[in-house]
Amino acid sequence: MALLELENVTKEFGAITALQGVSFTVNPGETVGLMGDNGAGKSTLVKIISGIFAPTSGQLHFEGSRAYIHSPGEARRLGIETVYQDLALSDNLTASANIFLGRELFWRLGPLRFLDHRAMNARAAELFAELKSETRADDLVRKMSGGQRQAVAIARTRLADARLILMDEPTAAISVRQVAEVLSLIRRLKEAGIAVILISHRMPDVFSVCDRVIVMRRGTKVADKKVAESSPEEVTALITGAKEAA
Amino acid sequence: MSPMSDTVQGFTNVRRSRWWQRGFFSSQSAYVLVALLLVILMMSFASPNFLTPGNISNIARNFTFIAIATLGITLVIITGGIDLSVGSTIAMTATVTSLVMNGLNDAQFQPFPGFSLIVSVGAGLAVAALIGLINGLSIAWLKLSPFVTTLASLSIVRGLTYVLTQGRGSYPKGPDKELFIDITAGKVFGYVPLPFLYLLVLALIMYIVLHHTAWGRHIFAIGGNEQAGRMTGVKVDRIKVQVYVISALAAGLNGIIISGWLGSAPANLATSYELTIIAAAVIGGANLAGGVGGAAGAIIGCLLIEVIRNGLILAGIDPYWQLTLVGFIILAAVLVDRLRSLRAG
Ligand SMILES: Nc1ncnc2c1ncn2[C@@H]1O[C@H](COP(=O)(O)OP(=O)(O)O)[C@@H](O)[C@H]1O
Ligand SMILES: [Mg+2]
Repeated sequence: MALLELENVTKEFGAITALQGVSFTVNPGETVGLMGDNGAGKSTLVKIISGIFAPTSGQLHFEGSRAYIHSPGEARRLGIETVYQDLALSDNLTASANIFLGRELFWRLGPLRFLDHRAMNARAAELFAELKSETRADDLVRKMSGGQRQAVAIARTRLADARLILMDEPTAAISVRQVAEVLSLIRRLKEAGIAVILISHRMPDVFSVCDRVIVMRRGTKVADKKVAESSPEEVTALITGAKEAA
Repeated sequence: MSPMSDTVQGFTNVRRSRWWQRGFFSSQSAYVLVALLLVILMMSFASPNFLTPGNISNIARNFTFIAIATLGITLVIITGGIDLSVGSTIAMTATVTSLVMNGLNDAQFQPFPGFSLIVSVGAGLAVAALIGLINGLSIAWLKLSPFVTTLASLSIVRGLTYVLTQGRGSYPKGPDKELFIDITAGKVFGYVPLPFLYLLVLALIMYIVLHHTAWGRHIFAIGGNEQAGRMTGVKVDRIKVQVYVISALAAGLNGIIISGWLGSAPANLATSYELTIIAAAVIGGANLAGGVGGAAGAIIGCLLIEVIRNGLILAGIDPYWQLTLVGFIILAAVLVDRLRSLRAG
């Protein structure tokens, strides 16, 4: 049974049609690359799956049943976590505060709940160690490099018991060494049986970690192939439109 | 401390910043605290009357007149909002409290001692909460700008206060008048104004809430990146409404305290106080762009303004200079912060 199934999803922003009748499936534990030129609709697609936008028409199914994901909280309850392209971090908070934002850990005093700073910092430090990231749990995000911010955003997704992780260009703004770290993290997610949808502009990223690649062009899906049966040349042609579809 | 524990998990290139580069010590509030201590030191040399128990008691009382409202508005400012209606809310709450107390006195309705005090203060604060609720709903739900919304309520609420009193003001009276004066203008241990104790308790609660509860953390998150807050499931709109209600309640409480000390609630009470209150918050380190601020900073800002006002009076300098000086202090505080963040990169 497919983990996630999109059926004829269309999204319009006023006169702009960002997505036009997009259908695809993601199987449990599968890593799917989502490629396409700027404005092709990749981010919009991810935002529909993560509950930021409602589709104008079309349906989503998650684990076999119809899913109505009308808020990020709803997506999270289903086990869908997202690393946004714009990272969605609060600069004025620490790494650990960002990781635990909206799902803080508490200690209790009667009916009162107080933040358990120690537990959250310890867990955040563990996550960074897992990611092999040189990021301090109690440092302010304002002072962090692009790679460290990425680590914070990815660490967020590791808190919950996710079934599907959406990553919108996680390797766009970071150093070569950090790219390797992020890719090895994606492989670890795969070993743990977690499905990933990876948006990337970088052909080598997709071809090294993904099982399948979906190519978008101007809001429609133009290809959906096993990586083993395609090539970077073919995907480039599909993205630019030199090749119509595959 | 060994060199190893000074770094992260053995990554020698990630150095822990030193204590003075982190937390309160690196904040604008800390710099202004140093400035405050210097001013106090200078004043105590300049005037033998400055550090007398009587004068300290005066300072403690006077700065409480804006400090509770400053705590409230600081929450609003941390979310990236602003509340211009606090001065009017101070006047309206004082007026309603006084009018209700008068009404109960005229009706001779006092089933038990303290009844008219509880009801009149309750009514005053309820009206304050309503003002805050309307501000908050307009801003969070109708998406009106905080500046314009609260500018409108500044005018509406002040106007209604004049309408209610015909511009004449009112005097708290009745069986609970003594009690009312005692709890608003009273002193304990001879010198400590009661409102100062209220302020300390409220500031402590605010500190704990801001730094040790999810609600407080979400206030900072909204000011830092509202969109990120929404995406992670922070109840942004609800919290915004709540901070405007709290800001109005704090202003209202301040109004009740001032009217108790004055023994009256003039309709023009606290006119243009919003400027002093916002100035105090900003001097104390609250950032109007949102995301930064705290209880300690609010108090330090209020204290600096009052110490300077008090010092000018003791030194026999025209008190009208106060306004000018406060303006320069705002600029200086913000400039120092700017220079510091430039240097820090
Ligand atoms: N919130 C929005 N409002 C209006 N138009 C939008 C919005 N988000 C995206 N779009 C439009 O939808 C199209 C697809 O954008 P996007 O999904 O961000 O593309 P990609 O991530 O593939 O670069 C673009 O034409 C973009 O301008
Ligand atoms: Mg995009």
